[in-house]
Amino acid sequence: MNGTAAVEGFFDPERQALLGSRCAGCGTYAFPAKQGLCPNPRCQSETHEVVPLSRRGKVWSYTSASYQPPPPYVPADPFVPFAIVAVELEAEGLVVLGQAVASVTAEDLSVGLEMEVVTDVLFTGDDGPKLVWKFQPVEVAR
Amino acid sequence: MTDAKRIAVLGVGMHPWGKWGRNFVEYGVHAARAALADAGVEWTQVDLVAGADTIRNGYPGFIAGATFAQALGFTGARVSSSYAACASGAQAIANARAQILAGLSEVALVVGADTTPKGFFAPVGGNRTDDPDWLRFHLLGATNPTYFGLYARRRMERFGSTSEDFAQVKVKNARHGAANPNARYRKEVTIEEVLASPMVADPLHLQEICATSDGGAALILSSVEFAKAHGIQPLVTIDAVSTVTPVYPNTTIEMPNFATDSSATVALPPRTFRESITAAVYEEAGIGPEDLSMAEVYDLSTALELDWYEDLGLCAEGEAEQLLRSGATTIGGRIPVNPSGGLGSFGEAIPAQAIAQVVEAVLQLREQATGRQIANANVAITANQGLFGHGSSVLIRR
Repeated sequence: MNGTAAVEGFFDPERQALLGSRCAGCGTYAFPAKQGLCPNPRCQSETHEVVPLSRRGKVWSYTSASYQPPPPYVPADPFVPFAIVAVELEAEGLVVLGQAVASVTAEDLSVGLEMEVVTDVLFTGDDGPKLVWKFQPVEVAR
Repeated sequence: MTDAKRIAVLGVGMHPWGKWGRNFVEYGVHAARAALADAGVEWTQVDLVAGADTIRNGYPGFIAGATFAQALGFTGARVSSSYAACASGAQAIANARAQILAGLSEVALVVGADTTPKGFFAPVGGNRTDDPDWLRFHLLGATNPTYFGLYARRRMERFGSTSEDFAQVKVKNARHGAANPNARYRKEVTIEEVLASPMVADPLHLQEICATSDGGAALILSSVEFAKAHGIQPLVTIDAVSTVTPVYPNTTIEMPNFATDSSATVALPPRTFRESITAAVYEEAGIGPEDLSMAEVYDLSTALELDWYEDLGLCAEGEAEQLLRSGATTIGGRIPVNPSGGLGSFGEAIPAQAIAQVVEAVLQLREQATGRQIANANVAITANQGLFGHGSSVLIRR
């Protein structure tokens, strides 16, 4: 997909995967990737390996952005409501937020539904498309 | 409980909540002067001003303690300013309490006020790509109601809650708030009206999400000895204040984060964050939920009020809807919740809100809550939670 990541270090647009971290000391994961001291208060490690997170997970919960969010969100003109999903990544023990792809509304979602990470356009700026991670149902992806 | 851990509430004051569009200092000064008059204390007797900060009103808001002290006329009193998101007011109370209990202050003013912009709360400006609060708006369009919607939908999935259950919380709180002269919204509503209001964050409608408001609230606090020496009757005391942080790993998605902590390798704490906020205040006061006469909880959304019933131990997990439907949490019921009308009737004036919760508790315990009075109230609790791992609970007793 053409464009550049809307934020550095949160995801790999080519691999369509979120980038988190795994602590070299206690093994705990974090998203976005940690720098500095481990968030586990009983771990003194300052070394975190950046790792791609599981591409698939199950819906923990979901909601809609039915009204246009304020800046620094860059809305489509006219604004089109979208869904936001909290997806549980089992291996990492994380629940991660992302927008659902534009074709998926809150009515299409349910807790437990299997989702996967895809790279999509967040908005198009002066220097081209800005990319972000989004979630789409695995069934739709096939 | 011995007087060694208690402080007295001498006076309470508020500026009515609304969308007045004036300088926040005006609301704080109004509330402070009302509290001083209520306490029968002169401004010059106050030896500590504990301000709760607002971050949307420039530098004067960041140093609210000094701003209010100067607006009332500098007297040389000690000063503190606290910012803790929605718990800012409670941290100002905690600060004043600590100094009173340490003997560093005899009479303290706690005050918070806010002037808010229209619509969603937005992050502080600039291009701040290292601030999760900025990034969640930029990358996700995730507003505060996004998180309320996620919690509400999760609650529906876990416990079978319905939209009608959530709307019933608003109906109850609107009925309570209709009698409160300081509330912004004073009109009763029906379940049908709530559900007919526009969807904001599925499954939550406009009338189920707290607005942003202007307002101000203040307390005059002192040692119990001072209150007794001045013949304050009835004596209302603050017996415990909780301002605990979460314990890692916190597996609930919290504002403004992109993800929870990881549960993969580190054992979960025995309590969720919200449970730990109220557990700390129960432990400090040496009481339990069965001792409560009322609660003021942070109903940022209708569904969140139901979560709080369980986090406060008013009922078992999954039974909040049943407790609501039974009428127990309505004025006249076993354990009225949000007799003030709650955030649903007030809207949120961030630094004033946790203070306003205590004001309502004090008015109820003194039997001065005209039109919304709970019978025989003697123990009240407040509970609140905000961004970046902040939360609070205050235990007030007559």
